Amino acid sequence: MVAALLLIRSTIADVLPDDRADVFYSKYSGGGMDITGYSATARAKITENFAVEANYFIDKVSGASIDVLSQASVIKDERKQKSGTLEYLHDKTTYTASYVSSVERDYISETASFSLSQSMFGDLTTLTLGFADTHNTVGENNGTADVPNVAWVGHALSRAYSGGLSQILTKNFIADVNLQVITDAGYLANPYRSIRYLDPLNAKGYSLASQVYPDTHTSTAVQVQGKYYLPYRAAVTALYRYYTDTWGVVGNTYELDYTHPVLNKWIFEGRVRYYKQTAASFYSDLFPFAGSQNFTARDQNLAALDNTTIGAKVTYAFLPDGWRIFKRGTVTADVSRIRFNYLDFRNIKDFGLPQYTPGTEPLYQFSATVYQLFLSVYF
Amino acid sequence: MRRSSLLLLGALSGTLLLSSGCSLQPWVKPYERDRLADPIMAWDRDAISSGYMDHIRESREGSRGATGGAGGGCGCN
Repeated sequence: MVAALLLIRSTIADVLPDDRADVFYSKYSGGGMDITGYSATARAKITENFAVEANYFIDKVSGASIDVLSQASVIKDERKQKSGTLEYLHDKTTYTASYVSSVERDYISETASFSLSQSMFGDLTTLTLGFADTHNTVGENNGTADVPNVAWVGHALSRAYSGGLSQILTKNFIADVNLQVITDAGYLANPYRSIRYLDPLNAKGYSLASQVYPDTHTSTAVQVQGKYYLPYRAAVTALYRYYTDTWGVVGNTYELDYTHPVLNKWIFEGRVRYYKQTAASFYSDLFPFAGSQNFTARDQNLAALDNTTIGAKVTYAFLPDGWRIFKRGTVTADVSRIRFNYLDFRNIKDFGLPQYTPGTEPLYQFSATVYQLFLSVYF
Repeated sequence: MRRSSLLLLGALSGTLLLSSGCSLQPWVKPYERDRLADPIMAWDRDAISSGYMDHIRESREGSRGATGGAGGGCGCN
């Protein structure tokens, strides 16, 4: 929920990236949710040293995650996001400033960020530093999907500090390390999610109550990756990310990517990603009684879980050598299949008494598919 | 060794390293970087696509950050 945004641009030597325009379509389907997204991006150099970029994105959500559906009705919502970016290149330093505004009927997020990127040691090394400041306004819809009645329940502030180093190691091998510290304060819970506690007086054997989150949260993430150019013109990338925070969540991400171009027209990519996390210290699927501890959460995102992603991407250059004002034109299709396994979050929407007593319901798991299709033209 | 001596040694080592780094010659010459300029060697060819996947993951996982991607805030129920 918290918007910690940072735009880091990787600039080769003393030149800003090419002008470009993209139109993008996406669909996420799984876990009771269907989310369709549409986006348009345009980037242009005003001078050789100054570029601007703008993006407009719409998400349409239908359905809701299981812990919302377990005690609420289906959600329909639309999120609109607008962003603008300025880039300035001076000698070997690129300065980037951006602003993002995201609005949905029960959540407003605004982020301003700044970064600088410096090439050094004969352009073998690129150092990047960044800062982002986010303000979120959180609401709760007490009406229905079709007749909403939104009450604003709180604010959350977030600051993200980033540092990155990209290094050319050999003529075939590059490596990259990124560190990001994010600190949040304010209303950090999801108002639609509840905890449950044992209650023999309730027909289900448990009752629901509001989550109580700490009003601060600080996280640290470090990511390292390496990319190697194979002799027959292909590339393999290995990535690892370590995450830890003050809520007790520890996450490890492992990813392997393979990129294979064919002639000057096709690029095929395959990827495998595995992610595992521990639960937050104040998380429980079932609390022993109401008010059993100061902070309580049953948000599935804070449960112990793992997920595996397999993805494939194909890019076709329909204008490989350009045409008139276009240097190049491509169309890209990307599909990812994600399998989520929860290790201490149970499916109480579909299972319960008399077959399953509270705390013995099957653990929740689901699969999701993500489709992306976009057209890109370069000027 | 006393702490102050260790700190001084560390500072001197750092200064020597930085000053020697300033005179380091690039071990990969510009004419050897043709493969690195290949689009398949870019860290992120399609920021709009990777940003979208980062957004999905941050909405479904408890971790965030250090991906270098762009995203926006959302309720993400």
